[in-house]
Amino acid sequence: MDFKLSNEHKLLRTMYREFAEVEVKPLAEEVDETEEFPVETVKKLARYGFMGIPIPKKYGGAGADNLAYAMAVEELSKVCGTTGVIVSAHTSLCAVPILEHGTEEQKQKYLIPLAKGEKLGAFGLTEANAGTDAAAQQTTAVLDGEHYILEGNKIFITNAGQADIYVIMAMTDKSKGNRGISAFIVEAGTEGFTIGKKESKMGIRGSATCELIFENCKIPKNNLLGRVGKGFGIAMKTLDGGRIGIAAQALGLAQGALDETVTYTKERVQFGRAISKFQNTQFQLATMDMKTEAARLLVYKAAFYKDSKMSYSKEAAMAKLYASEISMEVTSQAIQLHGGYGYTREYPVERMHRDAKITEIYEGTSEVQRMVISAHLLK
Amino acid sequence: MNLSEYKGVMVFAEQRDGEIQKVSLELLGEGRRLADELKTDLTAIFLGYNIRDKAKELIYYGADKVVVADHEILETYMTEPYTKTMTKMVNEYKPDIILMGATAFGRDLAPRVSARVATGLTADCTSLEVDKDTNLLLMTRPAFGGNIMATIICPDHRPQMSTVRAGVMIKLDRDESKKGEVVDYNISLSSDDMKVEILEIVKEEKTKANIEDVNILVSGGRGVGKKENFDILEELANEFNGLVSGSRATVDAGWIDRSRQVGQTGTTVRPDLYFACGISGAIQHLAGMEESEFIIAINKNADAPIFDVADLGIVGDLHKVIPAVIEELKKAKKEETQ
Amino acid sequence: MNIIVCIKQVPDTNEVRLDPKTGTLIREGVPSIINPDDKSGLEAALVLKDKFGAKVTVLTMGPPQADLALREALAMGADRAILLTDRAFAGSDTLATSSVLANAIREMDYDLIIAGRQAIDGDTAQVGPQIAEHLDIPQVSYVEELELVDKSLIIKRAFEGGYFKIKAQMPCLITTLTEMNTPRYMSVSGIFGAYREKEVEKWTIENITINKETIGLNGSPTKVKKSFTKGVKAAGKKYEVDHKEAAKIIIENLKEKYII
Repeated sequence: MDFKLSNEHKLLRTMYREFAEVEVKPLAEEVDETEEFPVETVKKLARYGFMGIPIPKKYGGAGADNLAYAMAVEELSKVCGTTGVIVSAHTSLCAVPILEHGTEEQKQKYLIPLAKGEKLGAFGLTEANAGTDAAAQQTTAVLDGEHYILEGNKIFITNAGQADIYVIMAMTDKSKGNRGISAFIVEAGTEGFTIGKKESKMGIRGSATCELIFENCKIPKNNLLGRVGKGFGIAMKTLDGGRIGIAAQALGLAQGALDETVTYTKERVQFGRAISKFQNTQFQLATMDMKTEAARLLVYKAAFYKDSKMSYSKEAAMAKLYASEISMEVTSQAIQLHGGYGYTREYPVERMHRDAKITEIYEGTSEVQRMVISAHLLK
Repeated sequence: MNLSEYKGVMVFAEQRDGEIQKVSLELLGEGRRLADELKTDLTAIFLGYNIRDKAKELIYYGADKVVVADHEILETYMTEPYTKTMTKMVNEYKPDIILMGATAFGRDLAPRVSARVATGLTADCTSLEVDKDTNLLLMTRPAFGGNIMATIICPDHRPQMSTVRAGVMIKLDRDESKKGEVVDYNISLSSDDMKVEILEIVKEEKTKANIEDVNILVSGGRGVGKKENFDILEELANEFNGLVSGSRATVDAGWIDRSRQVGQTGTTVRPDLYFACGISGAIQHLAGMEESEFIIAINKNADAPIFDVADLGIVGDLHKVIPAVIEELKKAKKEETQ
Repeated sequence: MNIIVCIKQVPDTNEVRLDPKTGTLIREGVPSIINPDDKSGLEAALVLKDKFGAKVTVLTMGPPQADLALREALAMGADRAILLTDRAFAGSDTLATSSVLANAIREMDYDLIIAGRQAIDGDTAQVGPQIAEHLDIPQVSYVEELELVDKSLIIKRAFEGGYFKIKAQMPCLITTLTEMNTPRYMSVSGIFGAYREKEVEKWTIENITINKETIGLNGSPTKVKKSFTKGVKAAGKKYEVDHKEAAKIIIENLKEKYII
C-alpha cells in the first residue's frame, strides 16, 4: 500500500498546474460567458500531450497511464470545468474504445491523429428515448454491400460539431436487444451526417453539446468497431473508463472551489477579522477538504485499478458517484462562505457549482452508479 | 602568490561613446576613501579610443593616476580586447583592490578578467570596508533575493575584485585643482583579438523616465488581477507625476514591461512615496523597495508581509480604494488652488 | 550541432517569505525551480534543436536533489542530462564552480554553450563568462535574441541603453535573459520519458580531470566572512476601514508628509 505519488506523477502535477494557471484559468470566465468552444486551448493541450495521455506512444499518445490522465482532468477542471470535459470525452469515450477494440488499420487511421490531438473525438450513445435505458436505441445501421447505412438521431453529445471522429452506437439487429447493438466509427463530414441543435446549458457552457443526425449516412463496412452485436459491451466498458474522467472532473471542481474559498476567507474581513478566523469557517473548510480528499482517493484508486489491469467497474462507479456528489456539496458550501459575492459572476465559485451539477448526470447518473455498485455487491 | 607585491586601488573607468559612466565616478569616490584608509594610491584605468583628453576628469574626481589605453579596437566595449588589455594592466600594476561598475559591460568583463588572473570576484556589492586588523577588503552584497546580506573576503588571492552597484557609492565633487599623472599605455591589439563582430549598435531612447529616477511610484502586484487593471494605477501615478511599476509576478504575466520591475531581479528603488497595490510582499520584492521613504500598502489579505514594511497599511480592495484616493486627491488639489 | 546548457536549481524567490518577527527566511515549502534565465537558455537551445536537429545536453552542479531540475529539462526536450555532484564540489564560489563545469564540458563535444545570465538566488552573473574563459572561447552575455545563419550566430546583446547586434562564430558561450523567450512547458510524454526512458548521469570528481586545489570551499578564492539579515523595520499603522475612509487616511498622511 503506497499513497505516495511516483516522481513522474509529481512532476506531471507541477506541469498540469502551471499550464492550467497560465493557459486555462484566464479564459475560464469568458468561455462560460460566451459559450464558445476554446479552440486555441485545445491546440495547446494537443501540443503538450494532453489529448492522448493514456494512449501508447506507438499510436501517437503520451504513453502515460490512467492516473496521469485523471490527474490532468482534475487539474484542468480545477480552473475550468469545460476544458476538463473536452479532454475527458475525447480521451475516454473516443480514443480509448478505438485503442481497446479497434483493428490495427483503424488505430493507424483514427487513433494516431486523435492521440496527437490533431483530431478531436466524441461518442454517441444517448438518444431522446434512450438515456439510462441505453438498450432502447433507435438509431439503426443496415449492412448494404461494402457499407453500413446509419439512420437516427443522438442527443446531448459532448464535443459534437467540434469533433472530427465519432464513435457511434446503432442497432444492427433490433430483435436482439442489447446484443443487437454495434459500434461504428463515423467521420465528420460524411454525407448524411449532420450536426443538429446546440444545447444551451446550465454549466460546462463552453463545451459543445449537440444533436447528431444520421440520414441515409453511408459509412465503410471497415468502420465497424469491434464485432457485430458487441456494441453494448463496448459502450458499457467505455463508460466505465469514462467515469474515471468525469470523477476527476468533479474532484477538480471541488478542489478548485475549496482553493478559491480558502483564499477568499483569508481576505474577507467581517467584524474586524478575516472570516477565516471564525470557527464556523474553519469547520466548514475542514469538512470540504476532507470530502475532497476522500473523493481523490477513490478517483486515484479507480485509475490505479485500470492501470493494473484489475476489474475497475465498481471502483469507477464509486469514484464518480462520490466525487460528483461531494462536488455539488463543496461548490455549494464555497458559495455560502463567499456570501453574496459568491452568488455573483465576479467570483468563480458559482460557475464551479453550475459545472459540478452535470457530473451527477452524464456518463451514467448517480442512480446508474448506485445500480452498478449494488449489482457488484449482490451478484 | 606573494600578496605583499599587490598595492593600491584600481578603478575600471568605463566609457561609452567617450562618456565616462556615472558609476565609475562613484567608484573613484569610494576608491579614494579606501586608498586613503590603506594609505595607498588610487589608479584609474581608462580604455577607449580618442579618449586621452578626458583622462584628467578622472583625476578631478579623485584618481592619483590614470592609465589610458587608447586604441581603435577599444572604441566600443568587446569582451576579448578589453579582457586582454585589462589583464595585462593588472599583471603589470598588481593592484590590491579592483573596483568595477556592475553594468552590463562591467559584469561581462570582470568575471573574464578574474578567471584569467585566477582571483576571486564579488558581484554587485553595495558596501565596501577595510578590515582594521587584516587590511582585507570586506565586500558586502545582497544575496538570496536580497534579504540576506553577505560579507565576502578574498584572503589568499590578489587582486581583490569587486563589481559595485550603480547609485550606491558617492562621487566626490569635481575639483579641477587636483593633480595627478596620466600614463599612456601601449597595447598591441589586432582584429585577431576580435572573436566576435559587432554588426550594429542600436540605441533605444527610453521614452519615459526610469522608475529609479522618479519620486513617486505606484506599484502593482498579483492582486491587480489583469493587465487592464493597471490603468487605474497609471491614473494615480499621473496625479503625482510618478510612474507605474510592478512586482516580478506582474512582469512574468506580461501585464507590465520588465523595465518597470521593482525587486531584487529588477530595479532597486528609493522613492519618496511607494504605493504597493495588491503586492503581497515576497522578499525579493521587499528588497527592491523597502528603503523607500514612505510606503503605503493596499492589500486584501490582512496578513500580507507587505504590511510589515509599510508605514501605512490599508486592508481592502485596491480596485475600490485607489479610485477613492484619486477622487480625494483631485478634491485636495482643488482646495489648494482655491 | 552540440549544445550544452548549464542550469541551476534555485528556490523560487517569488515564494520566499520573511519571518516578520525574526527577520529570517522561511524556506519551508518553497518550491525549487530551474533558474529563469537558464530556462530561457534551455528554450533557446530547444528551438535550435527543433529547427536544425541540435543535440541538447543539460549540465548542472549541485546536490542530489538537483536531479529534479534535470528531469524537468529532459521533459522539456533535452537529450542528455548530467548532474555533477560530489562533496568535493561543495562550497565552491563562482570561480571554482566555473572550473568544475568547464572541466566537465571538456569531456564532451560542443559547438555552443548556453548559461543563464544570472541566478535569482546569487545574482552574480559570473559563472557563464568564467566558463568561457577557462575554455578559452568567446562569450556573448545578456543575449535577448539568437539566430543561426550559415553556421554563424546572430545575436542581440542588451545593454542599459539599447543593444548590439553581434555575429559570433562557434564554439562560443552565450548567457541568456528571460526576455529572450517564453519557455515551453514540459510535455506529458516528456515527463514519463524523463523517468522511464532517459537517465540523469551522475558525475563525480572521478569523471573529470581537475586540480582538486581549485575547487570546493578550500579552492575558492572568495569566502563568506559573515552573513546577516537586514534589521526588520517596525510596521506602520494598519487600517481595516471602508474604501472612502481609507482614501481620506491616505490623503491626510500625504499632507502630513508634505507629499501633497
